[in-house]
Amino acid sequence: MSVQTQLERVAPITTPRARRRSSTRFLLGGGALLGVLAILAIAAPLLAPHDPEAVVVREVLGAPSFDHPFGSDVLGRDVLSRVLYGLRVSLLVSVSAVLVSTIIAVPLGLLAGYFGRWVDTTISRTLDMILVLPAMLLAITFIAILGPGSAVAALAIAVIYLPILARVMRSSTLIVTRNEFVVGARARGAGHLRVIVSHVAPNAMGPVIVQASVLSAFALQLEAGLSFLGLGTQPPTPSLGGMLSDGRDVLVQAPWVEIFPGLAIVVAVLAFTFLGEGLRRAFDPKGVAE
Amino acid sequence: MSPDDRIEVPADVLQFTDVSVTFATDDASPVGPAVDGVTLALRRGEIFGIVGESGSGKSTLANAVMGLLPGTATVTGSILVNGREVVGQDDAQLRSMRGDEVSMIFQDASASLDPTWPVGDQIAETIRAHRLIDRREAKARATALMTEVGIPDAADRYGDAPHRLSGGQRQRIVIAAALANDPQLLIADEPTTALDVTIQAQVLELIDRLRTVHGTTVLLISHDLGVIAQVCDRVGVMYGGVLLEVATARELFRAPKHPYTRALLAANPAGAPRGTRLPVIPAAWSIESLSEAELLAQAKEAER
Repeated sequence: MSVQTQLERVAPITTPRARRRSSTRFLLGGGALLGVLAILAIAAPLLAPHDPEAVVVREVLGAPSFDHPFGSDVLGRDVLSRVLYGLRVSLLVSVSAVLVSTIIAVPLGLLAGYFGRWVDTTISRTLDMILVLPAMLLAITFIAILGPGSAVAALAIAVIYLPILARVMRSSTLIVTRNEFVVGARARGAGHLRVIVSHVAPNAMGPVIVQASVLSAFALQLEAGLSFLGLGTQPPTPSLGGMLSDGRDVLVQAPWVEIFPGLAIVVAVLAFTFLGEGLRRAFDPKGVAE
Repeated sequence: MSPDDRIEVPADVLQFTDVSVTFATDDASPVGPAVDGVTLALRRGEIFGIVGESGSGKSTLANAVMGLLPGTATVTGSILVNGREVVGQDDAQLRSMRGDEVSMIFQDASASLDPTWPVGDQIAETIRAHRLIDRREAKARATALMTEVGIPDAADRYGDAPHRLSGGQRQRIVIAAALANDPQLLIADEPTTALDVTIQAQVLELIDRLRTVHGTTVLLISHDLGVIAQVCDRVGVMYGGVLLEVATARELFRAPKHPYTRALLAANPAGAPRGTRLPVIPAAWSIESLSEAELLAQAKEAER
């Protein structure tokens, strides 16, 4: 038997290339799923067969049919239309909350990680104060003060995730700052601001992007939870969490009222999680080595 | 014309006077200074080598010139660059000096280049940090510098990420960035340690040539006696933060004065006869085993 064929029999190990392929799969899968959901949400007014808020007494708890593919709810409203509009609110709230949180967390983490010492202590300890409070309690406190609504829910979620994202940014900044190229840039005459913005930030952004994408999944669930409790998006505006709340009394007679918004949440969470996992693998230095 | 009418150009590019560096520790335990009372002057256009073991304070001394020591370090004494005091200057003033009047190249060129930046842009960045010129001009100058330090097809390589270059080429890029603003002083902290011997010789040759062409004064830090012997005009031996001996390279290698220098030279594998045990620095002199008092005593003895 030649060496060639013997070599071919060796069990394949996970090569960087293979790992990269798996990251691509997650990225494409998550991205495509999210893309479809985003299109559905944005185009909801065009796609929805009915007015999501139109009450039709005749069709109360109607089973899925050609006219109402997802059936209709307690008030005879079209579930498909409401899921599409609900998705709109859910995605908007979760993405904007995480986006706002990231935009604030990145500079905080950069400053804390780069300068260390009292800057780090001040920023980190302040954020720890948010971190010690349970997420739901914090959200409810916000809503108690500012009143319920989608915007307040988004704000509360942004505040809840701020310390998490800032800590991720801080720790990757710590690692990047220790690199000689940071001292090198300073030795070439770059100021602190320039070093942070041009050299540290681009090299330290990976983990926070992954974290943000994973947190979007949690944010979506949190928003749904708040709406379920009646603290988030307010009726009659349809929201996925609110729909779950509406349907729970008729779970046995009309499961479609519950199943379809539930499925929408699952798919959206999966999309964010896949995207996060794909990004994590793509940023993993062991996976991108050439 | 009296001497006072002329613009005074100090003869010494770099002058240390009784420079000490101490690092603050968390538990406030007293630790010896990393650099202890160094007095030294570099003449214009010379290559001055500093040799010493790891931990002897060579790099700390170099970083003190650039003001790049961490916040826990305290520098005392006086460091004059072209007659201008560096110790106690605020960061903005130091920044205008770094990469302009004084440049520094580091041990690991791969680590001192930002992996996310095209190599050429990192040279251009140095120029634009100090000169008011537009992007295109900076790019042209950076490309010219890349050619000067021996990067083939500089224009094509300008946009390459650092990982696409070889180790030697990366060090050349770092040197090009260091020379971007025609510095009067170049501090090279172990510039060849991370390179293999062939590339090492080329890089040293490059530094030597650039010194001749641009008249740059070079402070070359190394623990490699071969490197020091090859390019340096004068050499200083550092030990436990103390500058033990300063001599011309020829003098130092022919007739070392200080017993430590003799031990250090004897431990050079290049000089040891084949088939015998390599002489080592006596254990009693190892930096780890020395107390502060002993170090000082030895240093004092050396001065006498």
